[in-house]
Amino acid sequence: MIHSLFLINHTGDIFLEKHWKSVISRSVCDYFFEAKEKAVDPENVPPVLQTPHHYLITIYRGKLFFLSVIQTEVPPLFVIEFLHRVADTFQDYFGECSEVIIKDNVVTVYELLEEMLDNGFPLATESNVLKEMIRPPTILRSVVNTLTGSSNVGDTLPTGQLSNIPWRRAGVKYTNNEAYFDVIEEIDAILDKSGTTVFAEIQGVIEACVRLTGMPDLTLSFMNPRLLDDVSFHPCVRFKRWESERVLSFIPPDGNFTLMTYHVSSQNLVAIPVYVKQNISFFETGNCGRLDITIGPKQTMGKTVEGLMVTVHMPKAVLSTNLTASQGNYTYDLATKVLVWDVGKLNPQKLPNLRGSLSMQAGAPKPEENPSLNIDLKIQQLAISGLKVSRLDMYGEKYKPFKGVKYVTKAGKFQVRT
Amino acid sequence: THTHTHTQTNLYCLKSRLLICIKNEDLKEMLESNKESLKLEAMKRVVGLIAKGKNASELFPAVVKNVASKNIELKKLVYVYLVRYAEEQQDLALLSISTFQRALKDPNQFIRASALRVLSSIRVPIIVPIMMLAIKEAAADLSPYVRKTSAHAIQKLFSLDPDQKEQLIEVIEKLLKDKSTLVAGSVVMAFEEVCPDRIDLIHKNYRKLCNLLVDVEEWGQVVIISMLTRYARTQFTSPWKENNEKTFYDSDSEEKKGQIEAKPYIMDPDHRLLLRNTKPLLQSRNTAVVMSVAQLYWHLAPKHEVSIVTKSLVRLLRSHREVQYIVLQNIATMSIQRKGMFEPFMKSFYVRSTDATHIKTLKLEILTNLANEANISTILREFQTYVKSQDKAFAAATIQAIGRCATNISEVTDTCLNGLVLLLSNRDETVVAESVVVIKKLLQTQPTQHSEIIKHMAKLFDNITVPMARASILWLMGEYCERVPKIAPDVLRKMAKTFTIEEDIVKLQTVNLAAKLYLTNSKQTKLLTQYILNLGKYDQNYDIRDRTRFIRQLIVPSEKNGALNKYARRILLAPKPAPVLESAFKDRDRYQLGTLSHSLNIKATGYQELSDWPAVAPDQSVRNVEVIEPVRNLPSSHTSSYLLALANITMISSIFPMDFYLGFRPKGISTVHSDPSLNIKSNSPVKLAVFILNEI
Repeated sequence: MIHSLFLINHTGDIFLEKHWKSVISRSVCDYFFEAKEKAVDPENVPPVLQTPHHYLITIYRGKLFFLSVIQTEVPPLFVIEFLHRVADTFQDYFGECSEVIIKDNVVTVYELLEEMLDNGFPLATESNVLKEMIRPPTILRSVVNTLTGSSNVGDTLPTGQLSNIPWRRAGVKYTNNEAYFDVIEEIDAILDKSGTTVFAEIQGVIEACVRLTGMPDLTLSFMNPRLLDDVSFHPCVRFKRWESERVLSFIPPDGNFTLMTYHVSSQNLVAIPVYVKQNISFFETGNCGRLDITIGPKQTMGKTVEGLMVTVHMPKAVLSTNLTASQGNYTYDLATKVLVWDVGKLNPQKLPNLRGSLSMQAGAPKPEENPSLNIDLKIQQLAISGLKVSRLDMYGEKYKPFKGVKYVTKAGKFQVRT
Repeated sequence: THTHTHTQTNLYCLKSRLLICIKNEDLKEMLESNKESLKLEAMKRVVGLIAKGKNASELFPAVVKNVASKNIELKKLVYVYLVRYAEEQQDLALLSISTFQRALKDPNQFIRASALRVLSSIRVPIIVPIMMLAIKEAAADLSPYVRKTSAHAIQKLFSLDPDQKEQLIEVIEKLLKDKSTLVAGSVVMAFEEVCPDRIDLIHKNYRKLCNLLVDVEEWGQVVIISMLTRYARTQFTSPWKENNEKTFYDSDSEEKKGQIEAKPYIMDPDHRLLLRNTKPLLQSRNTAVVMSVAQLYWHLAPKHEVSIVTKSLVRLLRSHREVQYIVLQNIATMSIQRKGMFEPFMKSFYVRSTDATHIKTLKLEILTNLANEANISTILREFQTYVKSQDKAFAAATIQAIGRCATNISEVTDTCLNGLVLLLSNRDETVVAESVVVIKKLLQTQPTQHSEIIKHMAKLFDNITVPMARASILWLMGEYCERVPKIAPDVLRKMAKTFTIEEDIVKLQTVNLAAKLYLTNSKQTKLLTQYILNLGKYDQNYDIRDRTRFIRQLIVPSEKNGALNKYARRILLAPKPAPVLESAFKDRDRYQLGTLSHSLNIKATGYQELSDWPAVAPDQSVRNVEVIEPVRNLPSSHTSSYLLALANITMISSIFPMDFYLGFRPKGISTVHSDPSLNIKSNSPVKLAVFILNEI
């Protein structure tokens, strides 16, 4: 399926190649570079390209292109999903997925790629399985290894590969047994000029961090599961139990994982936590414009809005800005024309405001459209949909684990049209 | 100085080559040392070279000696090297073969499997018989992991030597019977690559594959679902009512036909089994799995059941940009045929200014497909925002979309047309040009009422520079010259002045305009036309010279061409059918959804056609599996443990009948699988379980 993989940085250097079948010359990437040239922005490069003898499927993650070469028909999502899984694995192993990190750990990267695919077909993609075969690098271990000559590579088949629960490794032991769940909700919204909601929905995800000894069998139940409209699960979740009882029953992987993602039914009105009063205008004459943005709390359920940030992609003609922020800092990047206003905590008594003038390129026509505002924010201890976990039970093991649930609401793709 | 720099670069090249030589010497020394840690360090550097795409083939003899190393990491790195260079150094590679042959007999299943992996990855034709033997043995291994590896090896051997096909099919046939979830995906992959047309091999394994599906790993699920989609289209009759009704109304007299139709459609239980067992996978975290179930429902389910996949597909739009791209493409194809499926989720396709251009255009495509009388005002309001976008390519695409809405929904044609006319005074040239082109198409559908707009466009003509837009206006002038009798000749006059500096498409349309005016208003335009035809006669472009010659013969009466000249008016001024503005995704459904071919809209290498439903279902009994051996045949010493396992299964299955395949995995079964000490067929308990479930 996947013939070869090339890793390319954003300036177009191929810095790693791996072939699972016979070697394909890196000149095949030229077709990709051509498309990249045409697309201007790296995000605009089409993910699927056709060349005379091959097909190229590419993802763009963390300023890197993962380019795979395909020779025959294959579902493109299969390849895309796999490439993202590779990037996730690097992130998981090395803490980040960047050119420097990959070059520094090139041997581990190669060992991982070797295990993840056989003849271009995925072999082991579960983090728990991979970690048993190839241990992630730590400073201590690399020191010990150089002294003793022992290795990072296991010589037995990971237990997960054989069992029906491939996501969990066997023989897990902890002195402190704990299970934490983060319920994270993101509000996706488009608000129009007048502040009316054009579109809004809530997407949620439950991230788990489970460190439990043995083979625990967990059941997580909700106070109000009816809220959940569309769900997707980690393979460990027993779907039939969800169908019949609306509880999450599962034997968890060891460590961090995404337990489920959900969508809150669109019938419920979505609470919009902040309102934005804005006035952006460009004048016909004088090559200048004005900007005035104020943000205030709307439906915050009595909680504090934090991490407030406004990002504006200005029209190309805006040369510089001369603004005053009543709170926080703002920056304007001249090259990318992105204005970022980092507000911080929202104080309902004293609303943050950003105002001032924009200077425009002389002679440029007045921009047709005002730029949209992208809002970022965070509210701790609140799931905006009202979803609540009622209890977590453990079966199969005798000890008493420490349990915790945390809620947080964030802005997802939250855009205000102006 | 030029030669000087040349020698300098040459020198530099030599130097670096020398440096590599020295480096390689160092590495060779390290590889041949007695110290494990030095060897490992050297191998790590070699792998670093391979990763960078540098040539390290010179080290082959030094590396291959370490193939039997006790250090597992060193050994693995040597494997990486071997697989990369064996093809180039076939003779030396043969030195390592005996090591692998020995490792294939190792008691540790992991070592057996990795030996087979490497042995089968070495593309050296001489060892084909050895590979064949190893694959056959591994296919009968007790460890399902080794059997999985053998399924992968089948594909490798097949691509190395396609002549082995028949023997390999035998192994595939055997592995298809395997009941381990670990093997299923890989063997189906081998089947798809080696013998996708041998659908007969699937019959007996069909039900088993359906039942195993939820427990197979994600990647295997995608492959199996895609294969089963193809299988089902050859084995079951169509569940789509329309078809049945059509044949019903078509047949009037034939008695024989009538008898067949009298039978109402009943879905084959095996067809239902597939639909039922794939449905839970819509909740998978793997986007490829969700998409494969969606395409299965699209191609196999009764029409009213297809919409259950909608929500899951919309969910995928929250994923990475590349995932969005593929999913949106598929939704675009689906939404042409089935508006209703996605209409409730219309707002999920609203464009954000931060979306990539290809995502924006796809969303636009879908919104246009979803437009109907009820929602058109909402959609047009949304489009107004898009037209103003800073991304001009996207703004142009929006104008096209407005044009499509206008032709599809007659209630809004006038509103759209007026809106587009307003855009003609837009500051941006691409927006104006696109509007002209779309207006031209719209006017063709109802020209009688719109001479005002044509006049307006004639006035704008001087300011428009985009060739396509100029050509469109000229065409409009010519086509409707009788409706703007005063303006059209004047436009021609202007064109005569600028003819030589215009683009080719504009020149062609000028010639057209001249010809049409000559036929309708020769008094005013005869001289102008002749002038333009003379310019065209000597144009650099042969298309224009050609067209000019043709037009001249057609319209200017002479002795030679009398016959055609009579019809000139009917040829040039014939009423022309209005262009149909349709989706770029209109014909995409000829490809199976979710495939590479669908994404690229070309037939990709190795694409397997989805066949049409058979008119009459082939024999259903081919899928029946022979009766399972009774319990008493089991070795007596183990009976008790089986009974225990069976008791478990019976109990569980009576509580959650379906759960057996979904979440709950009785421990008894998985241990029996991998335990070689039990001297029986490793898969019997599953068979028994299935048997018992059937009994209940």
